[in-house]
Amino acid sequence: MRAYDLVELAGRNLREAVLRNSLTTLGIGVGVASLVAMLSLGVGLQKLATRQLGRSGLFDSIVVTSRQLRGPRLGQTSAPSGPPKALDDAARKNFERISQVAEVYSNFGAVGEFRLDGAKQEEGHFTVAGGLPESARGSEAFDDVQGHFFSSGDAHEVILYAEFARTLLGLPDKDPLADPKLTSEEASRLLGKDLIFRYAEREAPGTSAPPPTPSAQNTDAEGDDPAGFNVVRREQRLKIVGIVSTEPYRGMRNARTSVFLPIAYAESLNAMQPGDLSNVMRPGQGRTYTALVVRVEKSKYVQQVEDEIKKQGFNTFSILDASKGITKFFRFLDLFLGIFGSLALAVASLGIVNTLVMAILERRREIGIMKALGASDGDVKKIFFVEAGSMGALGGALGVALGWMMGRVINLGANLYLERQSIHSENFWYVPMWLAVGGIAFAVVVSLFAGLYPASRAARLDPVQALRHE
Amino acid sequence: METNGNHNGSEAVRTVSLVRHYRLGRNVISAVDGVSVAAERGEFIALLGASGSGKSTLLNLIAGLDRPDSGAIVVEGQDLATMTPEQLAQYRRHTAGMVFQSFNLVPTMTLNENVELPMRFAEVRRKERRSRVQEALERVGLADRAQHRPSELSGGEQQRAAIARALVNQPKLLLADEPTGNLDSKTGTEILDLITELNHSLEMTVIMVTHERALADRYAHRMIFLGDGKVQGETTNKQKGAAR
Repeated sequence: MRAYDLVELAGRNLREAVLRNSLTTLGIGVGVASLVAMLSLGVGLQKLATRQLGRSGLFDSIVVTSRQLRGPRLGQTSAPSGPPKALDDAARKNFERISQVAEVYSNFGAVGEFRLDGAKQEEGHFTVAGGLPESARGSEAFDDVQGHFFSSGDAHEVILYAEFARTLLGLPDKDPLADPKLTSEEASRLLGKDLIFRYAEREAPGTSAPPPTPSAQNTDAEGDDPAGFNVVRREQRLKIVGIVSTEPYRGMRNARTSVFLPIAYAESLNAMQPGDLSNVMRPGQGRTYTALVVRVEKSKYVQQVEDEIKKQGFNTFSILDASKGITKFFRFLDLFLGIFGSLALAVASLGIVNTLVMAILERRREIGIMKALGASDGDVKKIFFVEAGSMGALGGALGVALGWMMGRVINLGANLYLERQSIHSENFWYVPMWLAVGGIAFAVVVSLFAGLYPASRAARLDPVQALRHE
Repeated sequence: METNGNHNGSEAVRTVSLVRHYRLGRNVISAVDGVSVAAERGEFIALLGASGSGKSTLLNLIAGLDRPDSGAIVVEGQDLATMTPEQLAQYRRHTAGMVFQSFNLVPTMTLNENVELPMRFAEVRRKERRSRVQEALERVGLADRAQHRPSELSGGEQQRAAIARALVNQPKLLLADEPTGNLDSKTGTEILDLITELNHSLEMTVIMVTHERALADRYAHRMIFLGDGKVQGETTNKQKGAAR
């Protein structure tokens, strides 16, 4: 029998019992819809997580520390041979030269006292100031920044974390889960204003002039800094240019940071940092970094760059393993969501079996006639298969559309809820092409499978018995 | 076997010691019990007998709808008993056309579609189908009813449509199971006139099951009487044969 005859006959049969077949198709549609809705949520959540984590700067960054800071670690089998290398500017230049490295910056973090210009001395607040590299401009935190990013890498500018901004304005604290974002009126009271930053500066002994910039120092300067440094109180006037409601590049810092400076400017301040004290205990060395952050161009290069840095004699840390774990987690999540989604489809496939078995009973005589007119067992089987397959394909297409809508509605509902909780909305639902096509294909396969029994039963029908049937 | 009418002496159908029994509970019923009959090409044979005599079972065996427990059914030189199911389907498509007492048209299809149906299984090209449907319907005088559904036609018209359907694949054998059983006598006569006309013009071999002796007498070249699954006797209608 030719394909178009099969399709025509099957189509005729489907139209003859249009209500029953539509209901069965709808059943498959609902099954596929639940599968697609579940998986689209899984895929969407994974996409969201990957995007958020990617923009958090966590997965493309390597934190480099010197081995001399901690000494050999527990379980570290091969102790580094020779004297430990200093994490200084020479090392930093070496890192910058590694291919695939986007930027290297110091993990700057200094405690200081901040007060608005014009406020009294006792209204100052102690908090941690951090540095932000140029790449942080693309971080999610700046999606809804009030104000703007730093105008340049060494501008005397500052970006505030919203919670700290509230503290500066003397506003009450918000629920920690809620979005700490300021109203535009509140923000306008800060943006463009000056902030006074008091901090402790490392000063080489015997100098009272402003300190040289870090780039001017290198390992050759060992002699200039033989026995440590003096600590001097300094004050800087900074312009507030932005307020963020999430902490950019949060993952790489040890402490919660409330105030951000451009990294080059922050480094030039020569501010006293926690790790500096241990350097005092090791005389005979120049200016070194507590830690450097090496950002690679793509997260897939992390391993390669990390190995290279280790080879140069430094300790490294990255969240690569964590990202692998997250991928694994989402595989499992998708699997479970898929299984739950498939349950409805399994029920729907029973509907197909039922519909087709009913059709055999109803069309017993017709099957007998077809056989008497020369239809082979295979022809009869194929007609039933095409009927099952068409219901599957139609149901699948319907299901993908329905699932897409269900996903949208769930997304909308969840976002309404999130907004009521003052958490800004996210799209955690996504129907990729493979899911749409796969959903339809899966429905067809399941339907054909469900059609196996009815089709072979119809094919085996004895034409003499069937023709006798009234 | 005598040569009658327009049959040309060569054999169209031969059954050899054909046996078919059914199991009904514990009883085994021998519907066909050692039947050996033959039909020549172009012959019109009537199978007569009371109900339960096995005449319909014999016809179904010759139609390739049923399989014998033993014996042979040789049609055009091929033994149906040894054919695969697919070969049997081929045989039903091309060699044997069937007409039933209850017409057995597909109620949801128009006459056009009903007559076209056997050609779908025979994989006849679409263009050719249209002209063959037209031709078959014209032959039975239903060209103007092509778009009607069976329920819109009289019994006689339905049976003529069924005959058109049986003809459309140009079979050599027309098997009719009580074709007039559901019709009044006038319409029945018209149907048998039509079958006789086809028997003549297309040189089809016709085997008809009936229990109406008078009709058989009037139309068949030869009558075979069945009882209890066995051949009880046969009569050649010499007058009929001579008339042609």
